[in-house]
Amino acid sequence: MNHEGLNPVPLKRKFFTPGVIVLCILALNAVVFLAIRFLFGLGAVTNLNDQYPWGLWIGVDVAAGVALAAGGFTTAALGHVMHREEYAAVIRPALLTAMLGYTFVAFGVFVDIGRWYYIWHPLIMWNGNSALFEVGICVIIYLAVLYIEFLPIITERFIGKVNLPGILSKLNKIVDKILRLLDRGLSKTMFIFIIAGVVLSTLHQSSLGTLMVIAGAKMHPLWQTPILPLLFLLSAIAVGFPMVIFESLIASRSLNLKPEMHILSKLGAMMAPLLGLYLAFKIGDMFIRETFVYLTEPNTASVMFTVEILFGVVIPLRMLLSQRVLRSPALLFTAATLVVAGVLLNRINNFIVAYTPPYAIESYFPAIGEISVTVGFVAMLVLLYRFFAIYFPIVSLPGKPATQAAKYTVKGVK
Amino acid sequence: MPGKSRRDFLKSSALIGAGITGLSSSSAKATPKNILSPDRMGVLVDTTVCVGCRNCEWACKDAHGLPAGDLESYENRKILEQKRRPDPSALTVINEYSPGKYSNLPVDVKVQCMHCDHPACVSACIVGAFTKEENGSVIWDTGKCIGCRYCMVACPFQIPTFEYDKAINPLITKCDFCFDRTKEGKLPACVDICPVEALTYGPRMELVMIARDRIRRNPDRYINHIFGEAEVGGTSWLYLASKDFNDLGFPELGKDPAPGVSESIQHGIFAYFVPPASLYALLGGMMWLSKRRKELEQEEKI
Ligand code: SF4
Ligand code: SF4
Ligand code: SF4
Repeated sequence: MNHEGLNPVPLKRKFFTPGVIVLCILALNAVVFLAIRFLFGLGAVTNLNDQYPWGLWIGVDVAAGVALAAGGFTTAALGHVMHREEYAAVIRPALLTAMLGYTFVAFGVFVDIGRWYYIWHPLIMWNGNSALFEVGICVIIYLAVLYIEFLPIITERFIGKVNLPGILSKLNKIVDKILRLLDRGLSKTMFIFIIAGVVLSTLHQSSLGTLMVIAGAKMHPLWQTPILPLLFLLSAIAVGFPMVIFESLIASRSLNLKPEMHILSKLGAMMAPLLGLYLAFKIGDMFIRETFVYLTEPNTASVMFTVEILFGVVIPLRMLLSQRVLRSPALLFTAATLVVAGVLLNRINNFIVAYTPPYAIESYFPAIGEISVTVGFVAMLVLLYRFFAIYFPIVSLPGKPATQAAKYTVKGVK
Repeated sequence: MPGKSRRDFLKSSALIGAGITGLSSSSAKATPKNILSPDRMGVLVDTTVCVGCRNCEWACKDAHGLPAGDLESYENRKILEQKRRPDPSALTVINEYSPGKYSNLPVDVKVQCMHCDHPACVSACIVGAFTKEENGSVIWDTGKCIGCRYCMVACPFQIPTFEYDKAINPLITKCDFCFDRTKEGKLPACVDICPVEALTYGPRMELVMIARDRIRRNPDRYINHIFGEAEVGGTSWLYLASKDFNDLGFPELGKDPAPGVSESIQHGIFAYFVPPASLYALLGGMMWLSKRRKELEQEEKI
């Protein structure tokens, strides 16, 4: 197959800019707090306690991280499973986000669990009744799948260009051979991993919702519902494309590229029905369980719930129904950002705001250390994204016809 | 070679399907020990008898190797002015509340793990560290624990606690129903020391009978409610009181077992891996069809 005009190339840019230096400082700040956490325990940097065992790190780094990396599986489903080649240009950036996103989800879990050196235990100690076990196993396997899906980008970057320094240069030929073999093997089997990635994603995106079901009455009734897994899955699917749009527009701004509006508008048009479906279930659930009564009590929960629905779902949904919004980069960016922020807020609400333990003394608010680590992880993620976009063939430049690149674009789905 | 790759495709898909269904038979049993024996033991706590001497707090620490201090220091009742929760240094605590209908003495309530019949902690623990044993005790294997604290999120009584200030080997702690003592035929330490027999240890079934009998014979003394008989599907520890349990620091809970809903969702999604495997097959089919369509289109063009 030949993608006209599709040609992912390493972008030749300077890595360091003033913005990048700020990100580096934020990342270093996180490293300091992480060092304290590993030397003196969770209590030294977090506000977690016996009343609030889970906080910002689980709510944002893990739960929201998984949701916002959903672009990886939704674009894979669209581009590979449904074979819509016109979207090929966004698949690699979305794959990169998902790979980095899940890597940081794993880091997030690693720093949050008290006995991090036992992080491998769930691999051999199973509890099929535990939603957390299911999330854990699916995330581990999916992370491996994402790395495999990413491998062709690495082989493509180095095939024919292996150039080891000094004495190692004797190995150049062999390494090149290995890369070529790997590449050929991968391109024959890649479809297995692509489908597995989509299945694993639907599984753990929904099980992430099951997590809080067992907390029962400890969770505010505005959010506690047996259909939480469905709501989590639908919102993850709905946030996949907005996240791709959000990133693509930011990346084209910071890397000085023309925004790919012809693809992004089409993705934007698909957002409305997906958001609508999510909203329908969310509102339907509220009426069936008659939880709207809680909205009349003015407190944090009712305010947060209203903000989440209004700004995260209703307003962007209305915006996306207009052609003018779909065609304007600025307006489309606004709508996509609202959806992304809405899902982020939803995960924070589910895991932190809604959690009301019976014997709470004071309510939880994240400590400076927790916020620093979360912000630092985001900074590291952006830095790595920039690194890969500059040195690896991720972003497609419009215009140049594909030559050999076409062979590598969509492995195994030829 | 489109023909060949399609054959490969079908072959590998079939292999994966077989692999996934093969897994299901072994993982279906991959759940921790969770026995609901008819002979399980329990403790009946009669809060109308308890005098708040806190001897049980001392005995519990002593039995679990925690710094206990000397028994005399527990006579100081000042600490009862605040409401406490169990923590890693005290697995059980006494809280004091204003008098109920029976006398004008304050009501003292012993707090510890309830040893639920359908424990949320056992269902939730990611590595299956928690188990419910034949004798009713809900215990956990520290060697497995990864410190994720999901058990704390799940427990409806907010019981498991965690050592946040330890960098290495922080422990989940809670009352273990003196599992090591009862194994040797001894009484739980708190029951053993209680000077007024506010705590009765015995088979849970019998304790329910005893409790009902006490309520029937002394309707002025007790409210007509045995806490733990039905709450979250029943608990091994049962309470009698002279005033509403909501006013004694007990949470308001329904009769459904805490893990019921989440487990049925979980098993619905994973019923012998059929739903994920069918989704896999469906997506594979879609992929194959859409590819085929593209190929036909291309052939037509040529
Ligand atoms: S009270 Fe909590 S910790 Fe104790 S058995 Fe029940 S769920 Fe587990
Ligand atoms: S903290 Fe330990 S005991 Fe509790 S759920 Fe996690 S692994 Fe299990
Ligand atoms: S030892 Fe008995 S009387 Fe004393 S506080 Fe404990 S339960 Fe109450």
